[in-house]
Amino acid sequence: MNVISLIIDERKVEIEEGSTVLDAAHKAGIQTPTLCYHKALKPYGSCRVCLVEIGRKDSSTLQASCTYPAQEGLIVRTSTERVIHARTIALELLLARCPDSEEVQRVAAECGVPDTRFTKKDEDCILCGRCVRMCEERMGRAAIGFVGRGSKKEVATPFGSPSDVCQVCGACDFICPTGRIDLSRVSTRKPRPILSEYNERLTSRPAIFIPSPQAVPNLALIDREHCARLLGRPCEVCKEFCEAGAIRFDQQEKKQALDVGAIILAPGVDRFDGAGRSEYGFARYSNVVSNIQFERMLSASGPNEGEVLRPSDARHPSSIAFIQCVGSRDAVTGNKYCSSFCCMAAIKEAILAREHHPDTCVTIFCMDVRAFGKGFDRFYERAKQEYGIEFVQGMISRVVELPRTKNLRLSSVPEEGERLDREFDMVVLSMGFQPDEDLRRTAEKLKLDLNEFGFCQTTPLDPVRTSRDGVFVAGVFQEPKDIPETVVQGSGAAACALELLSGARGTLVTEKIYPPERDVTDATPRIGVFVCHCGTNIASVVNVNRVVEVAEKLPFVEHAEASIYTCADGSQEHIKEIVEEKDLNRILVASCTPRTHLALFRETAREVGINPFLVEMANIREQCSWVHSAEPEAATRKAIDLMRMAVARTTRLTPALPEELPVTKAALVLGGGPSGMTAALSLAAQGFQVHLVEKENELGGGLRDLRYTLEGDDVASFRERLTRAVTDHPAIELHLGSRLTGIEGHAGDFSSSVVSRDGNSIEIKHGVLIVATGGKKLKPDQYLYGEDARVLTQRELEARIAAGEHVAQNGDAVVMIQCVGSRDEERPYCSRVCCAQAVKNALKIKERSPDAAVIVLYRDIRTYGFHEIAYQKAREAGVLFFRYDPEAPPVVSAGKDLMVEFDDPITGRRRLLRTDLLVLSAGIVPGEDNTEISDLAKLPLDEDGFFLEAHLKLRPVDFASEGIFLCGLAHSPKFLKENISQALAAAGRAATILSKDSLVVGGEIAWVDSTKCVSCLTCTRVCPYGAPTISFSDPHRRIEIDLAKCMGCGSCAAECPALAIQLHNFLDSQISAAIMAMMGAK
Amino acid sequence: MHHTSEFEPQILAFCCHYCAYAAADLAGTFRAQYPTNVRIIRVPCSGKVDPMHIMQAFEHGADGVLVAGCLEGGCHFLEGNLRAKRRVSLLRQILDEIGIKSDRLRMVNLSSAMGQTFANTVTEFTEQIRELGPSPITNNIPRGKLR
Repeated sequence: MNVISLIIDERKVEIEEGSTVLDAAHKAGIQTPTLCYHKALKPYGSCRVCLVEIGRKDSSTLQASCTYPAQEGLIVRTSTERVIHARTIALELLLARCPDSEEVQRVAAECGVPDTRFTKKDEDCILCGRCVRMCEERMGRAAIGFVGRGSKKEVATPFGSPSDVCQVCGACDFICPTGRIDLSRVSTRKPRPILSEYNERLTSRPAIFIPSPQAVPNLALIDREHCARLLGRPCEVCKEFCEAGAIRFDQQEKKQALDVGAIILAPGVDRFDGAGRSEYGFARYSNVVSNIQFERMLSASGPNEGEVLRPSDARHPSSIAFIQCVGSRDAVTGNKYCSSFCCMAAIKEAILAREHHPDTCVTIFCMDVRAFGKGFDRFYERAKQEYGIEFVQGMISRVVELPRTKNLRLSSVPEEGERLDREFDMVVLSMGFQPDEDLRRTAEKLKLDLNEFGFCQTTPLDPVRTSRDGVFVAGVFQEPKDIPETVVQGSGAAACALELLSGARGTLVTEKIYPPERDVTDATPRIGVFVCHCGTNIASVVNVNRVVEVAEKLPFVEHAEASIYTCADGSQEHIKEIVEEKDLNRILVASCTPRTHLALFRETAREVGINPFLVEMANIREQCSWVHSAEPEAATRKAIDLMRMAVARTTRLTPALPEELPVTKAALVLGGGPSGMTAALSLAAQGFQVHLVEKENELGGGLRDLRYTLEGDDVASFRERLTRAVTDHPAIELHLGSRLTGIEGHAGDFSSSVVSRDGNSIEIKHGVLIVATGGKKLKPDQYLYGEDARVLTQRELEARIAAGEHVAQNGDAVVMIQCVGSRDEERPYCSRVCCAQAVKNALKIKERSPDAAVIVLYRDIRTYGFHEIAYQKAREAGVLFFRYDPEAPPVVSAGKDLMVEFDDPITGRRRLLRTDLLVLSAGIVPGEDNTEISDLAKLPLDEDGFFLEAHLKLRPVDFASEGIFLCGLAHSPKFLKENISQALAAAGRAATILSKDSLVVGGEIAWVDSTKCVSCLTCTRVCPYGAPTISFSDPHRRIEIDLAKCMGCGSCAAECPALAIQLHNFLDSQISAAIMAMMGAK
Repeated sequence: MHHTSEFEPQILAFCCHYCAYAAADLAGTFRAQYPTNVRIIRVPCSGKVDPMHIMQAFEHGADGVLVAGCLEGGCHFLEGNLRAKRRVSLLRQILDEIGIKSDRLRMVNLSSAMGQTFANTVTEFTEQIRELGPSPITNNIPRGKLR
């Protein structure tokens, strides 16, 4: 295409032939005001705001620049007196016509026209024709057009009757500068907004959208079902705005064939959709929302920035009711299982709602509060005591909306007691999981067995293995569970897959070769500054050229330039060329956030021999142009400041020379119970050497007390199989009757001393440590235990049943008391397993003696997940469950007969029962060696004395110290199947270290200037990872930092009173230089 | 610095990489608008923020300093934000004693999802500093004269 040149405001502008004068002005960076102009529409020239003067002074004319073609040699002036005068008149007329239009007001204000001298009319249309052009040109409909002439001209449908071609897309409304389009006058059909999945359908979204604002990479996608272009209309408006030219309408779904050795399924499960529970009014009453919708409402990134507002009237609700178990534990919908997560989610949401608005009253209606996880009961108690959240036991049978207030009346008719009838401003339904049809089809394709509810079939002793070899499962698809446990299972499934793949590990990896790094030890900094336009994302606000001009003049800056997209592939090549050409040794990119792009530019630097730590970024998009879009001048000044601060820092950057520490490919597993043995076997199967240290003289641990699982597995034979596999495995070295007495070193290179019972001490070298030391069963000191032979624990009962003993005849009575030694002041946690254990043993008794009376006295029945089915079965079998109040626990007395006395909450009467057996559901307590191991290996314990993981959700089986992992009862009470998952997870996590030949350490880590260190030990107290230690090789006993332990937080550097510690890449001198640059100081 | 028209405070914000800096990024993604007065320095953890650097900023005329870390209990490095909190509260006492005023220094806790909260906090803090007026220490006084 031909390029022509014209003169605008005495500047020569080159542009392609066929462009308009307005295009040329924009290209030259001359801001011409516009109103009827729109980038995606054909120019129309109706508003006369973009007027320019064309031609020589003596023969010039006023023309609308948006329609006037750019011609060779044309002379254009955009801000002459004549132009300004005519534009002012045009704007005043527009202001008079539509005095209330914000868009007209804005443009007028920008042109210095504050008000109109003409009489104000009350029109709402400026006849710019944007709507008409949009409908015809882009939507291909022409449902609206201009009718009438002169002063009667207006936008309307043909003959003023509702259009039958209008698709109610709303594009006309969207593009109208005055907001005058009333869709109900165009079509009889109602517009249907596209509801945002991200905001749980509480808000709407466009057809081209970014699904999640926090995703990396943050890419947009086109919704095939709603995109006008993909539905056959011309549209393509988005294409006009995407400067990167990234929009592709021709992309098709691609099918790929992959050769894999194992498959891990983690598809998750859909949520209950409300069908079958219409009495709660979900999707019918506006103020009834699901738990996930409420979660979005509470979120700072949600529809109202974290404010809870009633959908009906955007008012703060003063009372909120949660209804639990909607579509869970529910025979009507067929979802008989417990969804496991909803109780805690409701408590969390209730607390947040109270924190956001302390005067909101929150009530949770539930059957039981299932706070069975680690630390959950404490959270539940806090919800009651600190936050005043009300818990009401009982199910709501009906929700009715009050027509005037849109409040909701909740009612239930309990079997006995008072009828409940209460009014709330808002109702949250705790909806659980429900597998969908897609999942069933996937399972069918993969030939997997599903259970009766559509979840993946597994067995308790093989919790991540599906019915098909080589296919593993993790997460909710296996059984309803919460986030920490899905994460654990994910690592567990990975470990199982790695067992299969151990022979092929690393064979598909191709190592990248980098050129040798430039030595910058004594080199003067030579910085290249690359300022990014990011299309128009930065350049439309920040004057990028000015940033470049300032950069060029800064000391040590050898090169500065702007580019449209610095992150594009071509730009990387260009950066490398510039580095070579100008012999640069440092790179600064002023563009977007280093959180997403620093890695890319560091990689580019490495490819041209620059150490990655000599690369820096200035964030002038997320933290400048995007947040100051209305203040281009101030934003430019800020961008310049940010760039200057970054240059000051870059000048002082120092390379990091990472060290490679060899990995000892062996694991030390502490504890020979089910968790320890499972972890050891998995690691051995993955090809690593394992040392298994068990303090007893035999393997088995807690397995020795378990006889059968709720699901009917024979635990004794499992123990035998597991023990034999461990004993026979050539890669597992057993250290029975032995204890750990010392451990030194760091991830990849530990050295431990293990002492056997006869006093022999050996030294073991290992790369990782797995703590699987188990827990202990509580020996009760209540309810006559140990005083009366008829009182026993669940485990003792289980042993007697397993031995074939007929523990209860028909006609006998067995009473079970739950929460013995759990959830009390001394041990304020739930032991998790006892409810299912009681149900399990009750069912066994009922199986043999259907006419024996089995009575369970409980506080909450916590048979979560599929355990719930057994609970239902027990109730059907006639097991009686009575809730007791912990303030008034059952009273046990023994004479000739063993008597149990308790309050029956339903009838309100006190009951006195004679029983033949009293079974105590005694809890699980922390292992007796926990404190000793904690001291020895410097591993933290939680408030209850169990080991504390690095992060509940993000690192559930890791300790904060690298290379040490945790599983089994040492972590918290749980079921055998969960211990197995967790043990596999620990093995999987451990393998991430053992599978490497060496660990690369260094980078952003702390180091000590030994000439300044006075060994005050402040750093050793501050560091959460135990990285600083006294160096015993140093005669002055100064501090040294263990490279492998340091995580780079810099807490020690900030606290060191002698300023002896520096954090690499965040040196005092670098931070200080940035501050000085910001303050304009030398 | 010119204080001729309206006073434009210079504010420095230390933002921890994992939460507060991410929240500032998210504010951008949302196109949340806030005053241009703040300059952010990224640190790995709010626990890395050295009192020396906060004082250095004040010494050279900063009108306000924000220290932004993760929510309490949510620190990526376990308890760095709690250390920062303690240091900030000590420094605030000193700022009052030396006449700079404690209100010029603030610690805030944000999760990485709190983009809008970040924008609101900066807006509100900038307003507060604007009301407090310029720091008694300004750049155009030669350092020698301060003593």
